Amino acid sequence: MRKHRLLLLLALLVGALSLLAAGCGGGDDESDEGAAGTTEAATTEAEESISGSIRIAGLWTGGEGDSFKAVLDGYRAKYPDVTVTYQPAGEDLPTILATGVEGGNPPDLASLSSPGVIKDFAERGALQPIDFATEGILENYSQSFVDLTTFDGKTYGVVFKGANKSTVWYNTQAFEDAGVEPPTTWDEFLEAGETLKASGVTPYSIGAADGWTLTDLFENVYLRTAGPEKYDQLATHEIPWTDESVKEALGEMAKVFGTDSIAGGTSSALQTDFPTSVTQVFTDPPKAAIVMEGDFVGTFINTETKAKVGEGADVFTFPSINDSPPVVVGAGDSIVMFKDSPAARAMIEYLATPEAAELWAKRGGFSSPNKSLDDSVYPDDTTRKLASELAQAETFRFDLSDLQPAALNDALFTELANFVKNPADIDGVSSKLEAAAVKAYK
Amino acid sequence: MSSTGSSTVAAVPPVTEVPPPPSRWRGKAIALAFLTPAIFFLTVWVIYPAFRTLIRSFYSDQGGNFVWFENYEALFTDEQVQTAIKNNVIWILVVPAGVTALGLLFAVLTERVPWASAFKVAVFVPLAVSLFAVGVIWRIMYQQDPDRGAINAGIVAVQGIFTEQGALTTAKPSTDDLTGSPQGGLRLERTLAPGGVALLGLTAIKAGELPAEPEQAVTPQAIPDGITGVVWRDFKPGGGTPGEVEADEAGLGGVTVKLRSAETGDTLGSTTTEKDGSFAFDGVPTGNYRVAIGKETFAKPFQGFNWLGDSLITPSLLIAFLWVQAGFAMVITAAGLAAIPRDLQEAARTDGGSEWQVFRRITVPLLAPVLTVVLVTQIIGVLKVFDIVISIVPSSGRDSATVIAVEMYEKSFSGQNRFGFGAAISVFMFLLFVPFLIANIRRFRREN
Repeated sequence: MRKHRLLLLLALLVGALSLLAAGCGGGDDESDEGAAGTTEAATTEAEESISGSIRIAGLWTGGEGDSFKAVLDGYRAKYPDVTVTYQPAGEDLPTILATGVEGGNPPDLASLSSPGVIKDFAERGALQPIDFATEGILENYSQSFVDLTTFDGKTYGVVFKGANKSTVWYNTQAFEDAGVEPPTTWDEFLEAGETLKASGVTPYSIGAADGWTLTDLFENVYLRTAGPEKYDQLATHEIPWTDESVKEALGEMAKVFGTDSIAGGTSSALQTDFPTSVTQVFTDPPKAAIVMEGDFVGTFINTETKAKVGEGADVFTFPSINDSPPVVVGAGDSIVMFKDSPAARAMIEYLATPEAAELWAKRGGFSSPNKSLDDSVYPDDTTRKLASELAQAETFRFDLSDLQPAALNDALFTELANFVKNPADIDGVSSKLEAAAVKAYK
Repeated sequence: MSSTGSSTVAAVPPVTEVPPPPSRWRGKAIALAFLTPAIFFLTVWVIYPAFRTLIRSFYSDQGGNFVWFENYEALFTDEQVQTAIKNNVIWILVVPAGVTALGLLFAVLTERVPWASAFKVAVFVPLAVSLFAVGVIWRIMYQQDPDRGAINAGIVAVQGIFTEQGALTTAKPSTDDLTGSPQGGLRLERTLAPGGVALLGLTAIKAGELPAEPEQAVTPQAIPDGITGVVWRDFKPGGGTPGEVEADEAGLGGVTVKLRSAETGDTLGSTTTEKDGSFAFDGVPTGNYRVAIGKETFAKPFQGFNWLGDSLITPSLLIAFLWVQAGFAMVITAAGLAAIPRDLQEAARTDGGSEWQVFRRITVPLLAPVLTVVLVTQIIGVLKVFDIVISIVPSSGRDSATVIAVEMYEKSFSGQNRFGFGAAISVFMFLLFVPFLIANIRRFRREN
């Protein structure tokens, strides 16, 4: 009797699991085919000359994944004979690509956020150059974006999704209570911090458990204190990390890191991840007034907090330091090609068009570096302002840590976290970074 | 198998020494048929990858170049791998012994308590949760901010019963006129004679501690034979002028103000401020005095232990891991306990042995084989510990909490792509397992 019951239970469990699995799979298929079907019918100028199947591995999951699928539907409408599969890999992407290349079976195309990693793959011969598309790309992108993915004269990727990281988000109520206006210079910014402190709100929220929030802050300060030329030299390790300019930037950064200026104090900030660093600014009462991160914070505020951009939350451009001219630190996800095929080439060319960018831009949460994209497609003023700052930027520099070899990038995360613990140790941090850089660049 | 096969042909003429070929072949074929799936999967998923890893470990990180033992040399120079090895040593010293002891304790105790099954289920349940999920749970519980981390919240709640929290926990003096620190109490540096007026301005008062119905602060009139003053929030939107009582600046009521002798520092009297922040000491004899706010006004609630900080991170991980594995050890030990003959214990008790003696001299020796199983399983489990470290440790603490398996992953897959080095770390880990594997195999043989 008992045995039977156990068997029954097991059968039920297996049945339930397989039902669940079938349900998920079925749903996916349906939505994919349904979308392809409708767009197919809608377009008249479908090109049927290209066929085959391609697989794209991408960073984008969840809502971003859905948006990218909408972009792919545009491609399907154009090339109905091509089967496109999208593999939303999220944070596992570097692992999937590295093992795919090592095992000889990478996806046809992939999105990569780090030019350093693209360079790495290109040097190992894993990537195919996309020079066939450069003409089309140059029509729509400024040279600085093309240069990002060009190594030894060959272009390996096209930046599809950009991010403006020179933005600072704040709690409007906290600013109002303290009688502070959004600052435009670094001195005003620090003064605003003091005033906020006196009003009883901790000024800065730092998500130091995720090292990249610290490197972003460093890059914004460094680009302003040292200027774009030094920034480029540091990015390629032409000047050492012990350079005076690095120490100066660290010194400015340290002004933010006093333990009573950071939400929860230093040690708590080191355990605060990026999502928490945003949400704690927009709770009531706020744990801090300001969070310094890129344009993607806007989407995050709208979806994860009670505030909305424009209602309780707003943004200003990262302040100028010592009269530095307007500059933008940004990032971008590039599409690269691992396996050459007509369908893959067509995808690269398609993604470089403003039409492809528009499909995502109007859904929000997207800044396109494509300067041919009409900025009226953005859903709101804030997104439009940040995106056009990015696409039209005279001085744009890519996220410096993403340009570094992975080992140095890791060292940057760790050493800047150590710097938060001990902001007085500028010399120690810069010499440890230099040691890591020497190792990584040998 | 083969013996039953030979019995079926026993009737055939007397060539008994040579078993008939067809049946022998058949027996082997059946054995092979049963083994093939296992051999196939073992080859594809275990044997081939193992050898491939071994070979890979002699090649450079990007493949291609044969570098002999360079990757193995790096094991002894790479700082993070060194930390990882040190941490693994701590894990090996603490976990297997701790888990075995806890398991034994729980197993013996559950024999004597009512509700034993409920207790056993409670201890065992963590084992049914995936280690990664366990890690996520503990990471949240270990958060330092008592608003987020359950453990610190619990400590704060208990602490709150015994120590009183001040009314203005975050306040700071608004000007240099007030000296000292909030932790030690603030005092007005200037000395006052009767007729003097004390202005005690404070800022950085957090939202929850502002007066609910703010009342405009006023500078009190001087009185001839007393000292008057005001405690107020020296801040209005925009900042205002520090040290001046201005419009829109609220008084702070209910603050205890002390009057001290300027010469001796003795407290001569204390009073509490009104809603508009004003206070007065009447009938003060001629002399010099100072006005102060005691440190109890600023007493901060307990800030919480920094569980995930550099110094506590490894102990925190060990606690989480013990919590999971204690259930496993308890179940195995309890099963062993149920199997040992009770008459020996009874005999020992009849002979006048105390409970402790029975436990030490009878129960534990009889349980020794079972305890060894637990110990060895735990050693192997700890050598390859990975998921709980990955899920609990924030990236800012990765360097101090890392273990060998985590380093293997970090070096190969997290974007560093150092596959040669990663393979070498894997082989190194395998070598650490070998003695325990041999011990285990020997034990199996002995038992059979």
